[in-house]
Amino acid sequence: MDLLKVTIDGIEIEVPAGTTILEAARKIGKNVPPAMCYYSKLEGSGGKCRTCIVKVSQGSTKDPRPMPKPVASCRTQVMDGMVVLNETSPEIMEARASVVEFLLINHPLDCPICDQAGECHLQDLGYAHGKQKTRYEFKRRTFDKIDIGPYVQLHMTRCILCYRCVFTCDQITNDRVHGVLNRGDSAEISTYIEKSIENDFSGNVIDVCPVGALTDKTFRFKNRVWFTKPVNAHRNCTTDKCSGKVQLWYKGNEVIRVTARKDQWGEVEEFICNTCRFEKKETTDWVIEGPAKVDNKSVIGQNHYELSYDKPVVPPKISLFADHPSFKDDSKFIN
Amino acid sequence: MESLSGRSKQVVNKELTFKERIYLPAILGGMWITLKHFFMKKTTIKYPEVKREFAESYRGLHVLKKDENGAERCTACGLCALTCPAEAITMTAAERKNGEEGLFREEKYAAVYEINMLRCIFCGLCEEACPKEAIFLTNEELTPANYDRGDFIYGKDKLVEPQHHPIGKIRGGGPLNQRNYHPYGKGLVTLS
Repeated sequence: MDLLKVTIDGIEIEVPAGTTILEAARKIGKNVPPAMCYYSKLEGSGGKCRTCIVKVSQGSTKDPRPMPKPVASCRTQVMDGMVVLNETSPEIMEARASVVEFLLINHPLDCPICDQAGECHLQDLGYAHGKQKTRYEFKRRTFDKIDIGPYVQLHMTRCILCYRCVFTCDQITNDRVHGVLNRGDSAEISTYIEKSIENDFSGNVIDVCPVGALTDKTFRFKNRVWFTKPVNAHRNCTTDKCSGKVQLWYKGNEVIRVTARKDQWGEVEEFICNTCRFEKKETTDWVIEGPAKVDNKSVIGQNHYELSYDKPVVPPKISLFADHPSFKDDSKFIN
Repeated sequence: MESLSGRSKQVVNKELTFKERIYLPAILGGMWITLKHFFMKKTTIKYPEVKREFAESYRGLHVLKKDENGAERCTACGLCALTCPAEAITMTAAERKNGEEGLFREEKYAAVYEINMLRCIFCGLCEEACPKEAIFLTNEELTPANYDRGDFIYGKDKLVEPQHHPIGKIRGGGPLNQRNYHPYGKGLVTLS
């Protein structure tokens, strides 16, 4: 397999052909472009939110011309000798701040109410790149509230149309009942005719949603995530394809929420079924493995003293593709 | 032996003078100072009959504000409890039902909101953290003394103001966004 050499923010790495810039950056583990719509576990995701834009200052060794515009790193594949600028380019940081501003045009600023606050990717992004004040003076778009079942709460106003949930339902579950309706400004996630989402893996849309548009109804307003304590646990789940490996969120001795485990990019490690997620909320249902690791920048980590995620350390010029355990699952999407 | 500090002095057993021996001048000098204080302005006041005026920036008892329509501003976001260094604040959220729009301003509200006044150190960080301008520390009241520890846990019955009272009347003068301080600096906020 041919390895292509790519330089991202001055760090060289060799990756196989077909790897995207974003995946190469994740392999380096430093200066990784943020991604709101791209999800490595979902085929076809990415290319919609534009937060992962990077500057390509040299296209390849054969054609060293720079790319004329910032490119979406989740969809742009690397070329041999490509030089990419991400956080070292002031132009990109400015452009990303603008993208965040655009994403926040219609997003309500109701973080104090939203259950996603504290683990919301848009909140992190806004905090890292956004401006403190909004320049938007018009009415934000609103939608009629629809009920999509007993488990999942849909807040359409918070949706940033990343399509992750649509891909999840398409690829993880066998029966997709929801999608994106209408166009442009009126585009919305819906089940078309108020049909509830009912299949074994539908709860995963909660985990893939980068914002608080899809939240757990059984956890609604129960507590703020940073007052709960994440604990890794597993059970022998009889549902096909469900790993049974989850994260329990404790408040005192009570399990108030069950989610799939997430990796350092905020992506689900293994999808779990609705039985695990919504029905098993007793400690006796689970085998406890120990406290979950929390990113030390996360508000959830307050008063937790466990070590943060071990970042993959890649020595320069040596490819660790498919060597590092955290990338094992990605291989099928890269080739 | 050589002293370690080099500052030791030899004690001299000097005999007292006659003036020193009768002690009277020293006693009279002391009495004169005492007498002077009878006619000086007192630094103490007769609390509780007389009370001192609070400074404008004084941080006293908390109040949970209502908005101009009389609805509670607090949405139980938990930021006050998160920022509280003494972990004095606890709350339980609930969802607003139809018909309660006049009572609570937002979709979510605090069904239970408790501040343990024994733990509270009156630092005012809850006031700074509040995104809804709901909690303030007044400059007109203190936590009254009590015989029972349980009575120091102030619930919503004691904290929520009876009726709307403009924020400008609370200490600091004027809404938070017009105050002249920048807790995170004026520029962009970055994570790293």
